[in-house]
Amino acid sequence: MNKIIASILIMCISVGSVLSQESESIYKRPFIDFGKTAVGGYLEANSNYFSEDGVSEGFSMEMRRFNIFLFSKISKRVKFLSELEFEHGTEEIALETAQLDFEFSPFLNFRAGIILPEIGLVNSNHDSPKWEIIDRPLSSTSIIPSTLSEVGFGLFGNLNSGNQFINYHLYATNGLQDGIILNEEGRTHIASGKSLKSFEEDNNGRLMYNAKISVKNNNFGEIGFSYYGGVYNTFALEGEVVSEERSLDLYAIDFVLPFGKGVLQGEMVNALIDVPSDIVEIYSSQQKGGFVDLVYPLYKKEMFGYQNSVINACVRYENLDYNMGTFKSTGTEIGDEVTAVVAGLSFRPTDGTIFRANYRHHLTTDILGNAPAIMGGFQVGFATYF
Amino acid sequence: MKQINILLLLVIMVFIFSSCESILPKAPDSSDTIAEPIEGLTPHQLAFFMEGDELFAKIFTPDEGLVPIFIQNACEGCHVGDGKGHPFNKLTRFGKYDEDGNFDYMLDQGGPQLQHRSINNYLPEVLPENATHFSDRIAPIVIGMGLLASVDDQTLLDLVELQNNEMDGITGKVNYVLPNDFFLSEDIHIDSSGYYIGRFGKKASKVTLLDQVVFALKQDIGLTSDFDTEDPINYVIASNTSDGVPDPEVGSDVVNRLVFYMRTLKSPSRRNETDQSVIDGEQIFKDMGCVKCHVQTLTTASSEIEALSNKVFHPYTDLLLHDMGMSLNDNYREGNAKGGEWRTPPLWGLGLADDSQGGIGYYLHDGRATSLEQAIEMHGGEAAGVIVNYNNLSDEEKGKLYAFLMSL
Ligand code: HEC
Ligand code: HEC
Repeated sequence: MNKIIASILIMCISVGSVLSQESESIYKRPFIDFGKTAVGGYLEANSNYFSEDGVSEGFSMEMRRFNIFLFSKISKRVKFLSELEFEHGTEEIALETAQLDFEFSPFLNFRAGIILPEIGLVNSNHDSPKWEIIDRPLSSTSIIPSTLSEVGFGLFGNLNSGNQFINYHLYATNGLQDGIILNEEGRTHIASGKSLKSFEEDNNGRLMYNAKISVKNNNFGEIGFSYYGGVYNTFALEGEVVSEERSLDLYAIDFVLPFGKGVLQGEMVNALIDVPSDIVEIYSSQQKGGFVDLVYPLYKKEMFGYQNSVINACVRYENLDYNMGTFKSTGTEIGDEVTAVVAGLSFRPTDGTIFRANYRHHLTTDILGNAPAIMGGFQVGFATYF
Repeated sequence: MKQINILLLLVIMVFIFSSCESILPKAPDSSDTIAEPIEGLTPHQLAFFMEGDELFAKIFTPDEGLVPIFIQNACEGCHVGDGKGHPFNKLTRFGKYDEDGNFDYMLDQGGPQLQHRSINNYLPEVLPENATHFSDRIAPIVIGMGLLASVDDQTLLDLVELQNNEMDGITGKVNYVLPNDFFLSEDIHIDSSGYYIGRFGKKASKVTLLDQVVFALKQDIGLTSDFDTEDPINYVIASNTSDGVPDPEVGSDVVNRLVFYMRTLKSPSRRNETDQSVIDGEQIFKDMGCVKCHVQTLTTASSEIEALSNKVFHPYTDLLLHDMGMSLNDNYREGNAKGGEWRTPPLWGLGLADDSQGGIGYYLHDGRATSLEQAIEMHGGEAAGVIVNYNNLSDEEKGKLYAFLMSL
């Protein structure tokens, strides 16, 4: 323990040589070789077979994502990156990223445009080919609403000394909106707070703020602390105050640690949502959840003529409580929880291409804590950068 | 060697996928679920049932009219899995007596029911200061409603007469209520100078399922319908402060499917029916006189839905009002049901009640009893004599009685 603290301290004090923008996870994509301009992307398709309490809709296939990146190095220290996403064919088309990075020094970069707030492990690191498990972690989609992309600006940078790195991001964005409670789910659902209107103007004139600091040591791995939050509701109409200001606060810790030949990674997130007191039991005011993934290479050799191909085994455990607290009327615990386990195998013929097969098992408890609904299913699919 | 390993892996994968069905979660035993259609529906009727099922579970949004005030955002929110509700969704009705001694539902102040939740910058309703009488209720199980709806009024009147002749203190009565203007009298109904016999609701204040569903849409979820186009209003803000959603918020299509769903939800099959303790318990239940109110068998009149027509069924209710004594008296009047008078609740599904109430059974109209023992001990008034019999039971006999009740 002392050793860890000491090494973090050393890391913080001894600011030695510096890294450049290129260590940002968003630039860790195979198509970018930091030449002048590059086009790339990724593709993901899966087929699913799920059954809940014995009822199955049968097999289905989906073309989940087709994303196109455009990167341009405007000058040595000014870069542009964009990502256009087509989800389920052309059902949903979104400009997920369109950002300009301007370097003052490796420690101080300015970023503006449509950006990906740095919250938890997944949001800015969400490309399907990077993940061994087909579905994103529940904590990263239903509490942290990945992919969250927003109009905003901010600063980021790196410090390093020897094999320790510190990386920080500070952003201001328009932020999530009223949908957090005004939604079709009939409960607090942070992801429903995303709104296309927020690309045009804010709903309440109050920015949301995002900060993340991560510390990385080549021996111990990486750990990140992040915050995202601010006022989400439209509390004034034409300047007249019609409601109290209500805020959202998300706190997350994430980690990526070496585990033998494999990797142990995960995140934990705690969300505090300011909700009118009369609806608080139906619309929760606190949610928490997280996941842990273990990815372990089983077989790492040349296969089918692919030199660096790997077969990985992976397991994920996730647990979420969407409604924390107790009922006023009975003093009993409020339910609304999910526990899920996923196990799978993946085959990576090359780094940027993955074939995946997963088995998923979910236990979902309703708000009253009745016996859980049991869902299970298989997924197979592939994802590849191009 | 390499190839063999890979082949092996492929074989394992193929094996896993071909055994999909056998590893995936199984359906719970059908006697443990209650959300099923009655047997004998035609394919078209089944389609209606499924659509109704979906609407019963549908979460209504502020844009669809959940605003300005409501108690829950879905029927299922209270009637979880069509089962009994949880006290956190308890609803409160209020009223007062006016100077002439007539009961006043305080419609001009937001009565008869409180909508204490609100969303989207509306204000929740609060109880008016001058309200003096209140009635708290948890949601009842809503299965088998079609059978109850198809029993003719004459059967109920015959039961009243039977009970009154027996001189044992049990004197059920019917609630005569003035039906809504959209009420259409059917063959089963008997007109009593414009008043009709109510049978739904805990004080039997609703004549038909249509009545009940229209009332629920408005008073429980805050939705206007073709049958009632006025939003519930929070008079603390002002009259004319309905929501900004054009009315009716749901059409007769929604109302009719919900009513059809209510009519065609099957009563649950019994469990452990042949256990000796259950059989003994049933005998004790009969011998003590519980069946005088919790009438075992009723028969439906003929119905246009074949599956409901001339059916013998076992709801364990007489659908009549009984005075249950001081401790269950809430002093709240509905029609001619007085404070202490409650309609005998059907006991079917009792053994599955806690499955929808978060693992703890909450019994009686407001969920005040958390065990069968408490629920029975709280019976008073007309049931006082029967409860003396209950109190004389040995622990073993009581155990058998509970085993029987849990098998329903
Ligand atoms: C706020 C909770 C709540 C909601 C939401 C709700 N109900 Fe109910 N329901 C109740 C309560 C409480 C009663 C008993 C009413 C009474 O005593 O008058 C009841 C009674 C009923 C009954 C009569 C049961 C009987 O045994 O007489 C039916 C049928 C019914 N509800 C259907 C519905 C439908 C359909 C919806 C959706 C449109 C709905 N309910 C929404 C709480 C609710
Ligand atoms: C005089 C008629 C009458 C008799 C006799 C009677 N009950 Fe009841 N019972 C009722 C009424 C009315 C209620 C509902 C009271 C309330 O909700 O406050 C009720 C409620 C119940 C409940 C709770 C049901 C629920 O869903 O919450 C149970 C269990 C029950 N009775 C069992 C019995 C047993 C066992 C006996 C015999 C010992 C018995 N009753 C005798 C009229 C009667």
